[in-house]
Amino acid sequence: MSVALDLVPTTEAEVGEIIADCHARRTSLRIKGGGTRVENRGPGETLSLSRLSGVVTYSPGEMTLIARPGTPLPEIQQMLDAEGQALAFEPPDLRAVLGGNGTPTLGGVVAANASGPRRVLAGACRDHLLGVRFVDGRGRVLKNGGRVMKNVTGLDLSKLLAGSHGTLAVLTEVVLKTLPLLPARTTLAFPGINEATALRIFTAALSTPYEVSGAAHVGGTAYLRVEGLEGQLAYRRDRLLALLADWNPQVLEDAPWNAIRDAAHFAGSGPLWRILCKPTDAPGLCDRLRAMGGDCSLDWGGGLIWYRGVENPRALAPHATLVRRDGAAGPAFPPLTGAVARLQDGLRRTFDPAGILNPGLMDA
Amino acid sequence: MSIAMPAPDAGVIARVPQIVAALRAVLPPDAVIDDPQETRAYECDALTAYRCPPLAVVLPRTTAEVAAVMRVCDGMGVPVVPRGAGTSLAGGALPTADCVILGTMRLREVLEVDTDNRYVRVQTGVTNLSVSAELEPYGFFYAPDPSSQLACTIAGNIAMNSGGAHCLKYGVTTNNLLGATVVLTTGEVVDLGGPEMGPMGLDLLGILCGSEGQLGVVTEATLRILPRPEGARPVLIGFDSAETAGECVARIIRSGVLPVAIEYMDEPCLRAVEAFAKAGYPDCPAVLIVEVEGSRAEIDDQIARIRAIAGALNPVEFRESRNADEALAIWKGRKSAFGAMGRLGDYICLDGTVPVGQLPYTLRRIGELSRQHGLEVANVFHAGDGNMHPLILFDANTPGDLARAEAFGADILRLCVEVGGCLTGEHGVGVEKRDLMGDQYGPDDLAIQMQVKDVFDPGWLLNPAKVFPLEASAAHRARAAE
Repeated sequence: MSVALDLVPTTEAEVGEIIADCHARRTSLRIKGGGTRVENRGPGETLSLSRLSGVVTYSPGEMTLIARPGTPLPEIQQMLDAEGQALAFEPPDLRAVLGGNGTPTLGGVVAANASGPRRVLAGACRDHLLGVRFVDGRGRVLKNGGRVMKNVTGLDLSKLLAGSHGTLAVLTEVVLKTLPLLPARTTLAFPGINEATALRIFTAALSTPYEVSGAAHVGGTAYLRVEGLEGQLAYRRDRLLALLADWNPQVLEDAPWNAIRDAAHFAGSGPLWRILCKPTDAPGLCDRLRAMGGDCSLDWGGGLIWYRGVENPRALAPHATLVRRDGAAGPAFPPLTGAVARLQDGLRRTFDPAGILNPGLMDA
Repeated sequence: MSIAMPAPDAGVIARVPQIVAALRAVLPPDAVIDDPQETRAYECDALTAYRCPPLAVVLPRTTAEVAAVMRVCDGMGVPVVPRGAGTSLAGGALPTADCVILGTMRLREVLEVDTDNRYVRVQTGVTNLSVSAELEPYGFFYAPDPSSQLACTIAGNIAMNSGGAHCLKYGVTTNNLLGATVVLTTGEVVDLGGPEMGPMGLDLLGILCGSEGQLGVVTEATLRILPRPEGARPVLIGFDSAETAGECVARIIRSGVLPVAIEYMDEPCLRAVEAFAKAGYPDCPAVLIVEVEGSRAEIDDQIARIRAIAGALNPVEFRESRNADEALAIWKGRKSAFGAMGRLGDYICLDGTVPVGQLPYTLRRIGELSRQHGLEVANVFHAGDGNMHPLILFDANTPGDLARAEAFGADILRLCVEVGGCLTGEHGVGVEKRDLMGDQYGPDDLAIQMQVKDVFDPGWLLNPAKVFPLEASAAHRARAAE
């Protein structure tokens, strides 16, 4: 048996040629960034973006980063860190959860619209995406948006491509907003409480102007993260401690925010679901999900439930994505119906008329 | 009139009485206007140089009524131009003679305020400012704050992805829009997004926002709301050159302080403002207003940092506001800038964005272009995000002056693109910048956008002859008409 070699383009033009050729031959492509995220066992050949890599421009004074999709995320983070900036949406690293050993890439982060705990304050990856260059399913090399903070020139296809998991186009360059990272941070921890109490704490804290940048509940402990300039932090912390005194908060200087971001507590085996819901619905949903068998944690102030369990949760929570299949049956992404499904199919056919880019990835 | 509109569809014009009758059959009597005396009120938006009365105006009150209008128009092949408050500076709501204006102004209900989940759900005819007013008792606000916020509607904000002075920190409409109820051309009603913090499937809400009424009509919106800051305070910094002011902006951002607003005014603007509002601004070539938020101590801390940064650049003046009255005085001139400019004569307000580092060069080039075209220009804009608003002064009563002003404006926008920016940061393309789209995008870049419109609006009936250059869209429109 021969081993199929990945297609590894080194330029945008080569990506265009490969896709135009595959379009003509009706050959499917599996698009691969760092190989760390959604499982893709679809048909066809593998198009790896590992060598379409590197930072094109980073301008801290303009808060913009332009880079190629295969650029390893740690490389980016190191560079931004040296300037006291960050990708404020806090991209997660799901290797522990998915059992992968690749390196997360910038293109993969954008394709998955992957956002960590700071989502609750700073928005999602797509909110920080200013522009893209990409190749559509015909092999056309295209661009949308730009490198400036405010831009309403034409339709915003960047948002559409963020989170499209390579099913519409292959990203060849992304422009992201970088933000100054507040230099000081601390965490308030509330051990030994259930989700219902955690939600009351989250609601109270997120209704303050203290810019809480993380609100999660893992293993019976609720965590609130506060950030600020050196002078701000103590004030914000003390105000929150006073506000939430009834629940006996503890101050943690070093809290496991990376582990929370990466859902590391659910590393290992068993089907793992990512559920989006209205935050105040989360405690009730967690009770019912646990009653079906399994375990839950909360992020995004309750707006994100991680659920490890064998049962499909969609009857309770339709907005559920299967992140780790591990034997679970059925579609990974929530099925759509009606006019929305028709629009989505129409967009797929527009971007990729032959259906060759990650076929079925967002459907099955 | 240098921007051409296509000839009206003779088939539609011939059937005006039947079309109006069909609209009357599905709407309450007061919701259909076809008296030419009254439709004239809708012949233009804030881009007043372009006017054309529509064949009729409809003012529905519910999503179901909007859907009924769309079914009638789709069935009879009638173009629909959605309109919020008509404050578009880009001609986004300019009618065609063969169109029905669909006004959202009677969709005025606030449907739900949910502070626990931090959203508000509204009908989209509510004004931007009234949303924040509604939220005030709860201690929350809605962040996007376009200058026209007293009049402009959420519908228009979503269509144009509006920004405002405070989006440096809080983002623009798309970053604060969680969900939308959308009526498609078929009359189908779809809900995109909602209180959840992410889309189900592809981010259709993401392309809808800022689509300038090309894809659907938004009748209800779920908006993200934020707790009100404890306080806010501006400082005013005067500089002896545009370059130094631009450098100051970049250094502030690099320092880690993220102000909520950094506004810039140049000398012609300062002169006009001084004559009009007597704000007591310093007499110098460039003024920045920088606003920071937080508790008293937090504000003091941030202002101290800004003072140190500005101090290193030898400002002409660094004025701190010590109380609410002084804060108002600092904002007074900026807020009256457009009114002050209006007293100098007619003007065109541009909206290009440039990378912040290119601000000094761009300002210098605009000065050169001003001398070349023989027209005065004043600059007042959101410097933190590079969103410029050059105001070109002209005299509408002098034949040829408007055309000269438009040519000057086009040169400025091409300059914005050339230095790595874009044609429009928050006003939208509309008709105003339609014919410049080819300067920013290649033919294929425009083609894919028009193909997205094909998916949502196969008949090309929604907001016709906007956004896409007519020659680029000709084939799409012809196919749609078959």
